[in-house]
Amino acid sequence: MVNKTQKTAHISTENLNLWFDDNHVLKDINIPIYDKKVTAMIGPSGCGKSTMLRCFNRMNDLIPGCKIKGKVNLYDQNIYDSKVDVTDVRTKVGMVFQRPNPFPKSIYKNVAYGLKVRGEKKAKIDELVEKSLKDAWLWDEVKDRLHESAFSLSGGQQQRLCIARALANNPEILLLDEPTSALDPQSTAKIEELCLELKNKVTILIVTHNIAQAGRISDYTAFIFLGELVEFAPTKEMFTVPKDSRTEQYLSGAFG
Amino acid sequence: MDFKEKIFQSITYIASICTIVFLFGIILSLFFEGLPVLNFTSIKDFLFSKDWYPTMFPPKFGILSLIAGSFVVTLGALVISIPLGLGAAIYISEIANKRVKEILKPLIELLAGIPSVVYGLFGMAFLSPFLIKVFQVPIGLNAFNASIILGIMVVPIISSMSEDALSTVPNSLREASLALGANKWETIMKVVLPAAKSGVISSIILGFGRAIGETMVVLMVAGGAAQIPDSIFDPVRPMPATVAAEMGETAIGTPHFHALFGIAIILFIITFISILIIEFVVMRRKK
Amino acid sequence: MTNIRKLKSSIGINLLRLFILLTVFFLFLFLYVIFAKGGSVVSWEFLTESPKRFMTEGGIYPAIVGTFWLTVLSIGFALPLGIFTAIFMTSYAKPYWLVRIVRVAINTLAGVPSIIYGLFGLTVFVRLFNFGVSLLSGALTLGVLALPVIINASEEAIRSVPGDFRDASLALGATKRQTILRVILPTALPNILTGAIISIGRVAGETAPIMFTAATFYTRLLPKSAMDEVMALPYHIYALMTEGAHPAKQVPMAYGTAVVLLALVLLVSTVAIVIRYRIRKKRKW
Repeated sequence: MVNKTQKTAHISTENLNLWFDDNHVLKDINIPIYDKKVTAMIGPSGCGKSTMLRCFNRMNDLIPGCKIKGKVNLYDQNIYDSKVDVTDVRTKVGMVFQRPNPFPKSIYKNVAYGLKVRGEKKAKIDELVEKSLKDAWLWDEVKDRLHESAFSLSGGQQQRLCIARALANNPEILLLDEPTSALDPQSTAKIEELCLELKNKVTILIVTHNIAQAGRISDYTAFIFLGELVEFAPTKEMFTVPKDSRTEQYLSGAFG
Repeated sequence: MDFKEKIFQSITYIASICTIVFLFGIILSLFFEGLPVLNFTSIKDFLFSKDWYPTMFPPKFGILSLIAGSFVVTLGALVISIPLGLGAAIYISEIANKRVKEILKPLIELLAGIPSVVYGLFGMAFLSPFLIKVFQVPIGLNAFNASIILGIMVVPIISSMSEDALSTVPNSLREASLALGANKWETIMKVVLPAAKSGVISSIILGFGRAIGETMVVLMVAGGAAQIPDSIFDPVRPMPATVAAEMGETAIGTPHFHALFGIAIILFIITFISILIIEFVVMRRKK
Repeated sequence: MTNIRKLKSSIGINLLRLFILLTVFFLFLFLYVIFAKGGSVVSWEFLTESPKRFMTEGGIYPAIVGTFWLTVLSIGFALPLGIFTAIFMTSYAKPYWLVRIVRVAINTLAGVPSIIYGLFGLTVFVRLFNFGVSLLSGALTLGVLALPVIINASEEAIRSVPGDFRDASLALGATKRQTILRVILPTALPNILTGAIISIGRVAGETAPIMFTAATFYTRLLPKSAMDEVMALPYHIYALMTEGAHPAKQVPMAYGTAVVLLALVLLVSTVAIVIRYRIRKKRKW
């Protein structure tokens, strides 16, 4: 389905299967996520796209009854290998959630969190906090009130704070789980633009229920349906000539 | 409004007002019987003299030793119950799986259901000889013994209220922390506990109030000596123990009788302040 | 750095394990000591006979009877008051300042040390109302003590009744009173009773509030009326441990009494847990 010689994948799955208790949620998923590109995962709600996203930083480990078979390779390293330290994986693979979830701490402390946990020096933290906030296009709005509560920010600002917080870890990959679904159109537009900017620095994998959004910002799109990867292709290709009839139906709004 | 409706509503009003009446009844009876102690001693001597000789002639009503006794056993109890209670709460809420949780929770609730007099019996008849043997001390009924027993009694209070507080911390915060590469312990210490801070502090204040007011345990195991202790192995005579032990041996209306009510006023004020702190400071800040 | 982080984490989590093991260990040690030392004392005679020879022989029947009546009367007094207060707090809740004051009163009552309840009972019921040291004074004192527990449980029970039920009843033209009496209370009742049963356990085990209001050290007689003094299980344990001249004979009796009291309290709370479990299982909403 995909010509693997065209590029090496940054992170990819190999026959990935996932069960919640007896419920087979993901079935034989093989997908490459390319370096410094935006890849969108679309599909009707409940199709398993968020679950799949959470395989890339092992957040599914937290769910009781979750069983995983297959591999998720970050370059050559299977992140489910028992030798691998899960906190390392999550530092390299950042994540931003559906609803903004800043800690009940100051703006500064939110961004500094990952760095502090790893014991970085104060001067380095200061520097990286500023850089991350700038990268998330939030610096100008918050530079005078870094020590105010993160809850004083608007919803869109909070989500950009969460992006800054993830960027402070200097991740290679950023997972975005429907990051704009709780936001107004203006904040959404800003975050979409931000994604296009960020892909120069990190690989982005975004789950979205919004087909138009996938069209606007992604280079590749994966269509997932009932736990299967139905189609994976460059976005332009898929949106103009979908190969699978189910993709075509979904894109034309037949179900969802 | 219909007549029956009005009657019914009035009954609910009256019932509610009863709770206020009872509270005022408690306050009034304490002050009515307790304030007259100031006819026999000054408020300064009452609070700051350590001479408690209520049956001597002339009697001396200084309760500093009793206050000291109360605070020693209460702080000792908190030293034990904060790590145990908070530890249990964190373990149950953050680490234990569902099955372990379902076993541990009722076990801890069980500790809360045991009558205090049975704890007192355990402290007197079992723990006291044990302490004498292990620590080579002359008396097993002392502040240390009382602290251990009180500490265990307070564990379920701290643990159940803290666990409530921890469980209201939204999961999204834990996920955010883990997704940033923090491990479980770091997530607990840096995100979950700080987010549940007000509930945890309330639980500790509540535990303090419970420990300082608990009567039977300190009556039976604290040793009963009205002195400011030099060591944790000294016997002490906390305020509630003094009231309980001496009220039965005192004639109504004597200075000694009023002095015991005076002690109860101090005890009430301490617990009332701790309740107010929870109500207005800690819980308010949550919002 | 990663290793230090891992080490800290595993030390921390194992410390929590240690703490919880200590607590559970203490609980089992405690139960073992009480039941091992008191179990052999409990016999049919112990349960059904009066104490003899200044409590060194005989049984604890009058104390069982006394505790039974104290508990029944106090709950009988506190339950209706508590339920009506809970109805006020949940369903009428006006004016707001009154709700606020009642709330503070409930929270304060819940935190007042039990010995202070004893002094209150002595001043008000024993002396002011002139009930004397009696079953009635003790039961009223314990009732006031149980009140906050019952109110809180009832409030929670009523609040857990879905608002749809109330709305449906009101939409059918029922009045507020009818809705409360016919829809809300019946739905909440099992949970209210669970709360009441839990407070039984609390009331039956209290000692300090009855020391000066109801309890007597030693009687061979059963209470004939509510104005009589009574023996009670918790007070009996205290008396056996601190009064009398034959500790060697009294301590085993105290352990035996503790077994009876503990068994009673555990039985009552087990019943509450079972009821609560049944309700949750049966509940369809």
